[in-house]
Amino acid sequence: MIRLSVNGKRRSYAGHPFKRLLDVLREDFRLTGSKEGCGEGECGACSVLIDGEPVNSCLIPVGQLEGAKIETVESLGTPEKLGRLQKAFLEHGGAQCGICTPGMLVAAEAHRRCGGSTKRQALCRALAGNLCRCTGYKHIIESVAAALSGKR
Amino acid sequence: MRGDAASMTLLRAKSAADALRLRARNPAALPLAGGTDLMVHWNAGLLNGRTVLDISAVKDWRRIKVGKDGAEVGALATHAALLRQPAVVAGWPLLTAACGLVGGPQIQARGTLGGNIANASPAGDTFPPLAVYEARVRVASSAGSRELAFSEVFTGVKKTSLKPDELIESIYLPRPAKPARQLFRKVGTRAAQAISKTMAAGLLWLDKKGAVGELRFALGSMAPTVRRLRKAEQAVRGRKLDRETIDLAVKLLASDVSPIDDIRSTRLYRLRAAENIFRGFLEGRLEGV
Repeated sequence: MIRLSVNGKRRSYAGHPFKRLLDVLREDFRLTGSKEGCGEGECGACSVLIDGEPVNSCLIPVGQLEGAKIETVESLGTPEKLGRLQKAFLEHGGAQCGICTPGMLVAAEAHRRCGGSTKRQALCRALAGNLCRCTGYKHIIESVAAALSGKR
Repeated sequence: MRGDAASMTLLRAKSAADALRLRARNPAALPLAGGTDLMVHWNAGLLNGRTVLDISAVKDWRRIKVGKDGAEVGALATHAALLRQPAVVAGWPLLTAACGLVGGPQIQARGTLGGNIANASPAGDTFPPLAVYEARVRVASSAGSRELAFSEVFTGVKKTSLKPDELIESIYLPRPAKPARQLFRKVGTRAAQAISKTMAAGLLWLDKKGAVGELRFALGSMAPTVRRLRKAEQAVRGRKLDRETIDLAVKLLASDVSPIDDIRSTRLYRLRAAENIFRGFLEGRLEGV
């Protein structure tokens, strides 16, 4: 039995400890916001926060996470009450096909908590582990910058 | 084929002693730290049926202690943890520069320095800095521990001199005297998430007369293991870095490496890029991180 906190709720998991965190979140906890892109730690679509740090949930067997605090994209807001980053992505065209978006939001949230510099270089670095095949990144960077500077 | 969780046996070590005991009993088990390499192979279905020894919960191996003479970095310290330590960034800037270029933030948050070494990729980003800092690697087994010079760790592509019952415990970084010049460069297709075509780390000390006191220069992705340019380092010792000395050193570079053509680059490109970086460093045009 593995006990962990997911989006502020205490959860336990009794399945196989080598199941990937991504699959436990999607299949066992029905949190389907985190996506599988590459399964190789390259694309960042499966990004979640563990104890506040961004990680690729496709590369972590859940057995490593006893007592860990997991936060997924679902913790950033709800369809009725979007978070600031989510609103900014809508308003600034930060999402197109949507596969990379949850990971981008999670990486941006990690950056926000580390001071959230809106300098272009800092934003690019914060999102360096997330690949997008639609936007060319410009609108994503602008969305995060807008959310962090409080601009609309 | 994908990774099959039910086919795996996961052993979880709670302490260092526990890890070494489990290691001695299960020499075929694959040690698991941050999983940034192991899990890629597992996801591809290449490790089904294996036993994995998870050492990530061993707190003693996660510590970073910085002292006057050097730093002791626990094998399980992550790249992100090293980047968060101002004393490490100040004392060993080439190493933390490399840590900041491993994958992206998500990989840096999980990947560990000890895991990077144990994985023994020819392209390990931290290796050229560790080679020029002349790091020492402490490995332990249930029978005791021993220290290896960094240059003794790798024996080939993905191969180390660790015995089957040994695990890396920590990495010791001696504090270098302030260098006159230092350099770290990673040449890849893009800034993040790219494996290098070539990589360089350099430290240079000059004597009072401006001649070379000591040069240490290492290249990654240029041979089965990271390589110090021993011949060039020796050739420039005690000499002024004039045109003739620099030409000689650059000419000697090729004799210490054996770059290949592969999916990431060509032998010729790697050699030319490494020579250009080396020349730039010796001429004082290329410095910093």
